[in-house]
Amino acid sequence: MGTLFELKQVTAGYDGNPVLENVDFRVEEFDFIGITGPNGGGKTTLLKVILGLLKPSGGTVAFSVPLRNLFGYLPQQNVFDKQFPLTVEDVALSGLLSEKGIWKRYTRDDRERAAALLEQYGLESYRRAPVGELSGGQAQRAFLCRALIASPRVLVLDEPTTYVDAGFEQEFYDLLKELNRRHTILLVSHDRDAVRSYCKTALRIDRSVQTVHT
Amino acid sequence: MAELLHYTFFQHALIATILVGIVCGVVGTYIVARRMVFISGGITHASFGGLGIAWYLGFPPLAGAALFSVASALGIHWLSRRQRIREDSLIGIFWSAGMAIGILFIYLTPGYAPDLITYLFGNVLTVTRPQIWVILGFAGVTLLFFALFSRPLFYMAFDREYARTHTFPASVPEIGVTLLIALTIVLSMKLAGIILIISYLTIPQAIASLFSKDFKRQLRIAPLVCVLVSVAGLFLSALLNIPSGAVIVACLLFVYIFLWLLRRLGFFV
Repeated sequence: MGTLFELKQVTAGYDGNPVLENVDFRVEEFDFIGITGPNGGGKTTLLKVILGLLKPSGGTVAFSVPLRNLFGYLPQQNVFDKQFPLTVEDVALSGLLSEKGIWKRYTRDDRERAAALLEQYGLESYRRAPVGELSGGQAQRAFLCRALIASPRVLVLDEPTTYVDAGFEQEFYDLLKELNRRHTILLVSHDRDAVRSYCKTALRIDRSVQTVHT
Repeated sequence: MAELLHYTFFQHALIATILVGIVCGVVGTYIVARRMVFISGGITHASFGGLGIAWYLGFPPLAGAALFSVASALGIHWLSRRQRIREDSLIGIFWSAGMAIGILFIYLTPGYAPDLITYLFGNVLTVTRPQIWVILGFAGVTLLFFALFSRPLFYMAFDREYARTHTFPASVPEIGVTLLIALTIVLSMKLAGIILIISYLTIPQAIASLFSKDFKRQLRIAPLVCVLVSVAGLFLSALLNIPSGAVIVACLLFVYIFLWLLRRLGFFV
C-alpha cells in the first residue's frame, strides 16, 4: 500500500478555457475511487490529465511509481472505426503496447494470455472475428480485456456501464469489486447511487473537487 | 507473348511492376485501414510542384518530387496536429497548390517541355535499370519496416488516444510510415503516374478486404493481388498497345467488381 500519484493544484482545459481548477487529490494503491459530477464538470478531463493525454496548464501530477504499465484505460463509449481490419484478439493484444514497445515481438505466450482473458469475458468464439462485428456490450468487454492484459496497477474506467447490457450493471459492479483486489480502480460514473454503494472513495468534481467521502 | 520477354525494356517494366505492386499493396493496406486515401492523393499531387521546380532548376525531376512529397506529408501532419488547421482543407490546398506550382515552373523552363503525360499517367516502359535498383532497395526497406512494426502501427492506427496512454514512442513508427507513404508515391510515379497511383493504393486493398477483415492477412493478400493483376495488365497493354497504367487500373477495377459480385451472390464469405 502507498500513494501511487498525487494531483497538486492541477488546472486544465481546452484552448485556454479551464474546465478544472486547482484540483488536489491523491490516489492510494488498491483504492476504488468513484468520480461523479455534472456533465461538463471535468470528470473526463480529470482522467485525461491523469493518463497524460492532456497537459495541465497549471499544477502537476506527481507519480511515486513507474509509469510503465501503470494504467489500463477503458475509454468512454466505444466509438471506434467499425470497418478497421482488426480482430478481437488484436484488440486485447494492443493492451501490451507499453510492454512490447516497438521492437519486441508478440509471442505465442501473449496470444495465450489474450485467449485466456477473452475466454474469461465470454468472447472466446469471437477471437478471430473482426472487432466491428461485436455488439456494444461485447466490444466493451473486448476493450476491458485490452485494459487488463498488461496487469496494470490502476484501472481507469470512463462511464463503463453505458454499454453494459441492461440488467447486468449489478454484475459489472461485482466484477469491478473482484478486480479491485488486484487493481486500484478509478471510475467515472453518472450513477451516484452505484458509486456510493460500491466505491471506497467517492469524489464529486465540478470544476474543482467538491466533496470527498471515504 | 514470350518474345516480349526478350526485350530489355520489357524485362525492366516487368520487374518494376512486380516490385511496385508489392510496395503499393503493403503500404496501401495501411493507408486504407487508416482512411488516409485522401491525404495520399494530396501528397501525390503536391509532389508535382517539386517535380516542376526540379525541372526548372535542372535537377532530376523525381528527386524534386520526392522532396515535395515528404515535405507535404510532414507539413500536413504538423499543420493539422500542431496548428489546428482542418486537415481536409490542408489536403485540398496542398493538392491544388502543388499542381499549380508544377505547371508554372514547367512552362517557365526554356526549351522543350517534358512529356507531362508520362508523369500524369505513367509509362512503365521507360523505367531504367538504375531506377529498378532504387525501387528494389525501397521495396526491401518497406517490407522490413512492416515486418517489424505492423502490429504497433495498426494498433496505434486503430485507437490513437488509447495508444497514447502507454509509455510508447508513438511518433517513431508514425513518422516512419509517413516517409514510406511519401516515397512510395514518388517511386510509383513512373509506373502509374500521378493520376493513377491512388488506384494502386486502394483497389488491391478493397479486393483484399473482400476476403479478410484482419490487417495481417490483408498485408499478404493485397500485394499478391496487386502483383498478379498488374503483371496481367502489363502484358495486355503490350499486346493491345495501350498505355500500361490505364490498362492495369482497368484490370484492377474489373477484378474488384467481379469478386465483389461473386461475394454478393454468395460464392464465398
